[in-house]
Amino acid sequence: MARQRHRTPRPGLVLEVDRSTPPILFHHGEGFRLEKLPAGRSRVIYPAEPLAGLRDPDESIRQALLNPINDDPLPSLLRPGMKLTIAFDDISLPLPPMRQPDVRQRVIEQVLDMAAAAGVDDVHLIAALALHRRMTESELRHALGERVYEAFEPHGALYNHDAEDPEGMVELGRTRHDEAVTMNRRAAESDLVVYVNINLVAMDGGWKSTATGLSDYRGLRHHHNVHTMQNSRSFMDQPSSELHRSNWRQGEIIKAHGPRIFQIETTVNNNTFGLDGPLAVLQKREWEWSTADRASFMAMQAGLKALPASARRGVFSRWLAPYEMTSVQAGDVEAVHAVTTENVLAQHLVPVEGQTDVLTMGLPYICPYNVNSVMNPILVMCLGLGYFFNLYRGRPLVREGGVLIMGHPTRWEFHPVHHPSYIDFFEELLATTTDPIELEAKYEEQFALDEWYIHLYRNSYAYHGVHPFYMWYWGAHALQWLGKVIIVGGDPAAVRRMGFQPASTLSDALEMSTDVVGSAPTITHIHNPPILMADVS
Amino acid sequence: MSAVPPSLVREALCTAYTGLAARNIGVIVESLAGKRIAITGATGFLGTALAERLLRCVPECEVVLMVRPGRRGAAQRVRRDVLRNSAFDRLRESASPAGDAGESESFEEMTARRVTALGADVSVDGLGLDDDGRAVLASCDIVIHAAATVNFDSALDDAVEVNLLGPSRVAAALTESDSQAHLVSVSTCYVAGSRRGAAPEEPVDESAFFTDADWRAEVASARQARIDAEQASRRPERLSELMARARRELGAAGIPALSAKVESLRRSWVDEQMTEAGRARAASLGFPDAYALTKALGEQALAETRGDIAVSIVRPSIIESALSEPAPGWIRGFRMAEPVIAAYARGLLKEFPGVPEGIIDVIPVDLVVATILAVAARGPLESSPDITQIASGAVNPLRYGQLVDLVRGWFIDNPVYDERNQPIPVPQWSFPGRGRVTKQLKRAHRSLEAADRVLSSLPLRGRRAEAGARLDERRQQLTRARDYVELYGAYAECEAIYQLDRLIELWESLEDADRAAFCFHPSAVDWDAYVHEVHLPSMVEQARLKMAPGTSGAKGEARAARLRRQVLSEQRQLAVFDLENTLIASNVVASYAWLATRQLDSADRLRFTARTLVEVPRLLALDRRDRSDFLRYFYRRFEGAPASRINADCNEMLSDLIIAKSFPKGIRRVREHREAGHKTLLITGALDFVVAPLRPLFDHIIAAEMGTSDGAYDGRLTAVPPTGEARYQVLADFASDHGIDLRESVAYADSTSDLPMLEAVGFPVAVNPETKLAALARRRGWLIENWSKSAGAPSKTLPMAPPNRPARGRFERVNPARRAADLARTG
Repeated sequence: MARQRHRTPRPGLVLEVDRSTPPILFHHGEGFRLEKLPAGRSRVIYPAEPLAGLRDPDESIRQALLNPINDDPLPSLLRPGMKLTIAFDDISLPLPPMRQPDVRQRVIEQVLDMAAAAGVDDVHLIAALALHRRMTESELRHALGERVYEAFEPHGALYNHDAEDPEGMVELGRTRHDEAVTMNRRAAESDLVVYVNINLVAMDGGWKSTATGLSDYRGLRHHHNVHTMQNSRSFMDQPSSELHRSNWRQGEIIKAHGPRIFQIETTVNNNTFGLDGPLAVLQKREWEWSTADRASFMAMQAGLKALPASARRGVFSRWLAPYEMTSVQAGDVEAVHAVTTENVLAQHLVPVEGQTDVLTMGLPYICPYNVNSVMNPILVMCLGLGYFFNLYRGRPLVREGGVLIMGHPTRWEFHPVHHPSYIDFFEELLATTTDPIELEAKYEEQFALDEWYIHLYRNSYAYHGVHPFYMWYWGAHALQWLGKVIIVGGDPAAVRRMGFQPASTLSDALEMSTDVVGSAPTITHIHNPPILMADVS
Repeated sequence: MSAVPPSLVREALCTAYTGLAARNIGVIVESLAGKRIAITGATGFLGTALAERLLRCVPECEVVLMVRPGRRGAAQRVRRDVLRNSAFDRLRESASPAGDAGESESFEEMTARRVTALGADVSVDGLGLDDDGRAVLASCDIVIHAAATVNFDSALDDAVEVNLLGPSRVAAALTESDSQAHLVSVSTCYVAGSRRGAAPEEPVDESAFFTDADWRAEVASARQARIDAEQASRRPERLSELMARARRELGAAGIPALSAKVESLRRSWVDEQMTEAGRARAASLGFPDAYALTKALGEQALAETRGDIAVSIVRPSIIESALSEPAPGWIRGFRMAEPVIAAYARGLLKEFPGVPEGIIDVIPVDLVVATILAVAARGPLESSPDITQIASGAVNPLRYGQLVDLVRGWFIDNPVYDERNQPIPVPQWSFPGRGRVTKQLKRAHRSLEAADRVLSSLPLRGRRAEAGARLDERRQQLTRARDYVELYGAYAECEAIYQLDRLIELWESLEDADRAAFCFHPSAVDWDAYVHEVHLPSMVEQARLKMAPGTSGAKGEARAARLRRQVLSEQRQLAVFDLENTLIASNVVASYAWLATRQLDSADRLRFTARTLVEVPRLLALDRRDRSDFLRYFYRRFEGAPASRINADCNEMLSDLIIAKSFPKGIRRVREHREAGHKTLLITGALDFVVAPLRPLFDHIIAAEMGTSDGAYDGRLTAVPPTGEARYQVLADFASDHGIDLRESVAYADSTSDLPMLEAVGFPVAVNPETKLAALARRRGWLIENWSKSAGAPSKTLPMAPPNRPARGRFERVNPARRAADLARTG
């Protein structure tokens, strides 16, 4: 494997499927399927191989902090008696969680060292989770390291952002579009906010970090809505994203009325499953599978089949990605983000010529909202129609009116602690309508202001009551665009509840799509993860 | 015996039916016109039919309906229980609607003018009449005594009071009020007893088969038997047996619920003794059952005591649904043959006793009504006794084999469907002896009982417990079928042929118009058509058999939806919830274990688990015996626990144990109640600090409260924990403090120990009921909810907390720069 590391990583690839093409790997929740795609009219988009990681990440971080972009060196911003707040991305990044030391730990330890050296003693660490669930103790320990946790948590200086704390939020002002800008009070009243990002996909970072991560429902509702999502083409491509335009407007207000922001953004490579080890086969191209790869894949399949669903979940949730940091940049939010985006796209972007009639994808076991949890049907929708569908630049991979086929077990199951409002959203609301506009108009506020959900968000580990709506909005652009959505291998009742069609096999699904796209449609499979973003011309 | 062949009669009748009725008034109408006719037993099958026929076919008569006044009073009972019956639909339709100013009057106006309600009770001397009542009775020209207890399993003394003494009491009341009325007393053909051959229309004591019995002695001994049975039921060994049974059925339901159950078991035990006494006495005197026996003695008593009152006796055989009047198939109540036929159609009854050549002597109700009216119109005969039998066996017999073929053929074409929507095949009947059938039924019953015992001893809940409840229902159906086989079998084996000489004589004396309007010739019945087109269709409707696939399941769903709407209706005021197994799948032991292990290291955790596991059987046994003793004993473990730490840990436990094991549908229901504007109340035996994080879900929480001393819990409860009947008391107090009407409240609970609370509210809901509660809830028509944990909930074998403090090995590698950072922060 060492050999491969020295070789220049190969870029992404579009493979035209012919008769000799082996069956293609589809992720399928906590499992996999091998699917034969029709020859002559199918293509498979492969992600680029992992870029080389930074040789000395700690030194790169130090350099970034000492030589920020369009900003003063961090030590010069630190002085005794100041209020310093370090905000950091929550459990939703990276995916899957990475091996220790986590990027956040590396960065925050250095920031703390500099703060200590400057004699700063009022430091708070806040998980900037907006309306996500609180991070648990062990998740915080994992992301920040034992030292940071032990030094801050017992003194109440390390905690989760609480968007529903009546005393804990301030409104900084309103944008020229009359969008409220709200922020965590401690952050807003700090002399300096250092925000530590892990920019896994192009959506992450920029003003979205502070304007979303430290905000509350009053601020989020201006961009987390159906209108914004339908006008973001895509939300992964900042210049074409209404979601980002709104966040950037809120950024203007933060710049004018909020605390000084020192933005730190980092990127990681595509080394999700490792270059060797039990899952390495998942990031190899099928025709390059060795006999050992084939054997280990078969063994894995057999082993997984023998396990009950909860045990399978346990196996996968214990997987920690050996991600390597590929870049780190600090300083001014917008300037930093421009560099970061280039670095993200360098790993993810794969040029693709033209659209397709049918887009297929195999959904993996994880999405941003089910780390150490359950991938419920709404998250399946959000991952497929929200994230994967929107991993494009230019135009969607699938033509307007085309068909999306995704594979996932889509079980009717929910984590009762993490996703209580999802259960009610799915079982009650989706039974009446699946139209995002109607859901937004009729029910969003009711769920957002619900006292019990707020109680669970604040005191338990629940996503906010409004969160399932955001998941549904995330797929609103795809819902509008597509002619049909088919889920292969899903629980038929759960699939139908969402307004999609269930199919047992990929060939059934392809047959079912012919009434929308004709008898010999072109098919494109997006071989994700590791993550790729299609640059569609 | 009739000289006219039955087929000719049928033909004559057919022509008569096609519109002859109006041409000629006939002697019956002429004679009854303008008369005042009293009917006892007006709420019964025969009484209702009589009243309807008189009102519809004898325009100028008045009727006095004698009913037990009950709580509502006689007038109200007549309106509700008689005139609203579907028998009157025909009359109602032909009348003009109420308020119509046309020439004809409305049904209400007509009945107000012609119907008098008279409160009377034939089971007490003097019929319970006051002076006004006697005056009303005295004003009657004819009294038709149709009141009887026709329950084949009625208690001996009840049968004696009503059937034996009833006719004499009516006669006495007439004598007392100086009435000249003609008394038409309805008896039964079966007064002839269980015998073979011709049974003529003669007084019972003139029959060669009659074993002489003194009716006065029978009355006295029946009354004494009741006193004896009441006494026997109170003997200590009987009571302790009943208490054991009540405990078995209800579990730890609390003392008030148990004692109520014991008392009701005691009463039904006494009734069983009295039924058995009746059966034994009847058999010993050669009667199929207590009904026939008491009717026979009643005829004797009436003959002896009637004095100057003119009496006619009409003896029908088994009265069945109407041939054509007031409507084909009309029936009131569940008659004798139906349970048996229904059991057969449901596949419960594989065989039925009897011989194929045997005669099933049934007679449609309209023929009986016509006979009685014809007798009443003719007036009493000079020659006493005046007895008329109305039965089918002598002139138009329905053979047992023929009936079986008809029933079987019909159910092959119209099968009953089972719960899985599959048609139930009907068995081929093999006409075995009665003993074999009874044995077969007993065997089935025993195996069901055994299954039931096993099921109810298993810790089943929810849907599986409901299967147990269905078993219970099936067992009851079987019990009923068995009882009917025993009784009906006695009739099926009673091969007497009831002679109809007087009936035919009466028939021949009538004009065509009478024959058309008041047909009672048994030959008028075409059995094939009657069974297939009239009787069975109306019977399956009455018995509510599932005659089409899918309908009943959908009905069940619709029913649950309707009940759900009811519990969430705006009129409800309070929704009270139990916690354990109603809203969460956890219990006090689990939450204790969680809190206790939270602060333990791994070696201590193992020791703790081992210790607790050893204790489990004892704890379970204690819990089964008495919940509040168990809680008090168990909660002592919290003695010395620091309150602040426990309270902090409870916040963590909300996620790790309570919400993780919650039933999302249950939580949603609590919230729906709040949205509907109801108060929500949690009453739980769990400790208050354990349920404190659930506070936002409820308006009020009533939980077990533990005292503290020096910042630590002392392990003692400050009050009786709210479980069992204490929970009911707590609820009652809460309701009265908050001005809440419990009849407008909803309660959710999972176990029979919550019965007092469930029974206290107007809308009880059984959640994931254990077998006993499932059976109870099904029987009482309560809403049953099956709520489960969320699929995808984290599964834990043991309720242990994640350790609070992990190992800190990584501190060894802290470098000097970082230590400086640490110092800077802490300094």
